[in-house]
Amino acid sequence: MSLTIPEGRLVSLIGPSGCGKSTLFNIIAGLLRPTSGDVLADGKSIVGRPGYVAYMLQKGLLLPWRTIIDNIILGAEVRGVPKKESIARAQPLIDRYGLAGFEHHYPHELSGGMRQRTSLLRTMLYDRDVVLLDEPFGALDAQTRLLMQSWLLQVWSDLSKTILFVTHDIDEAIYLSDEIYVFTARPGRIKAHIDVSLPRPRGQDAVTSSQFMDLKRQLLGLLNDEARIAERQESLQ
Amino acid sequence: MSASDAMSDPNLIAADDDEAAERRIRRCATIWRWALAAGIIAGWEILTRLKIIDPYYFSSPTTIVNTAYVAATQGTLFVDIGYTSASTIVGFIIGVAAGALLGLSTWWSGVYGRVSEPYLVTFNAIPKLALAPILIILFGIGFESKVALAVALTIVPAALAAYGGVKSVDKDLETLLFSLGASRFQVFAKVVVPWAMPWIVSSLRVNIGLALAGAIVGEFIASRFGVGRMILYAGQVMDINLVWVGVVVLSILALVMYAAVMTAERYLLKGMLHGSQIGTQ
Repeated sequence: MSLTIPEGRLVSLIGPSGCGKSTLFNIIAGLLRPTSGDVLADGKSIVGRPGYVAYMLQKGLLLPWRTIIDNIILGAEVRGVPKKESIARAQPLIDRYGLAGFEHHYPHELSGGMRQRTSLLRTMLYDRDVVLLDEPFGALDAQTRLLMQSWLLQVWSDLSKTILFVTHDIDEAIYLSDEIYVFTARPGRIKAHIDVSLPRPRGQDAVTSSQFMDLKRQLLGLLNDEARIAERQESLQ
Repeated sequence: MSASDAMSDPNLIAADDDEAAERRIRRCATIWRWALAAGIIAGWEILTRLKIIDPYYFSSPTTIVNTAYVAATQGTLFVDIGYTSASTIVGFIIGVAAGALLGLSTWWSGVYGRVSEPYLVTFNAIPKLALAPILIILFGIGFESKVALAVALTIVPAALAAYGGVKSVDKDLETLLFSLGASRFQVFAKVVVPWAMPWIVSSLRVNIGLALAGAIVGEFIASRFGVGRMILYAGQVMDINLVWVGVVVLSILALVMYAAVMTAERYLLKGMLHGSQIGTQ
């Protein structure tokens, strides 16, 4: 498989579970070495070089003994940015993204949505051009999920990053993305590459437009076959 | 929910009652604790005075206080208490610190961790007090050998506690740090050590008692000072009252140290546990 992600785009990867989306992310993030192939960023290989892209793992993951602000600046701290400086950088974003007043709380004192915003903010403030998000909203309830999606679009347009986004959710993929890659069941290959040309900014009503519905129908068709194959594979094991 | 709701809800009233009952039980227990202590001391005093139990062997509270007064004013009781406390505390600190470092170090290599586990467990099972004569020969009859014994007793429980913490570290948190480009040392310092801290802290309580036992046994075998030496000397000259003074002093010492560690533990854990680690694991 081969993917080319243009700068500044929000690209979703969608496919049945176990098709290797997370593995692909781990490879891009430099945590795993591919058996073959290469990851190029601006023409240079970044294989086995963690820290080149910002990566938000599936579970959000905050350090429970650190306050929200200390969790947010963790990435900067690892890179050796002075604490004062990174707090000063984080503060306006904290205020803007609904975490104001919670800086000195611990993760367990916050709602699931706020925790997820915290780890998203940490990922964003890691200050990389490329951001990988692995099902960042998978564990949230439907309402919070919608809020977080519009929030992500806001962050994305504020910070102008290139975002790679893994999801199971077709609506989410269409609503957020410029492009969608559909993966096949294991072994994961690219089955389709779809351009989402819905106009931006997209309000919540975008999801009921006829264009959206057409895309959704198309994606459902593509994914249904794969889901069936994936299910059969799983039951054979 | 308004106050009137609370009044009309029978469950809430029951809960209120529960709380009041709980408080009553706690107050009652406190009174009984003190009453029991007073009763034991009074009974001891009375029974020895009436010669129902032999005051030669069992002394009596007033005799113990008088003997202690003499030992404190004419003898070296305070020096002994200071000596025993100091060797206990120094041994405790060295033992816990070295043990914790040993346990934490297992994170750096899975093979090393697995290799050391059976050795730690075995060494933990050995009665380390049996090593006392060797340690006295090695470190002399001074302060060092008492500290060495306290260390020998505390190092393994601390190491095992830290090892337990290291083994339970959330791998995802390690991955998170690595994904941020952290070095192994940064992962160790920012994830492994804070994660394992509650385990280490929980081992302190047991270890302060072990450190005291080590220091006293060291004094039993060969020493010029210490409450342990005082007890041994008193036993040899059949001064049973003085033995009792030693026992009482050691009991108080153990209580004070235990209380201090408990307070430190509560304080430390409050800063470390945030709905994580122990408890959710």
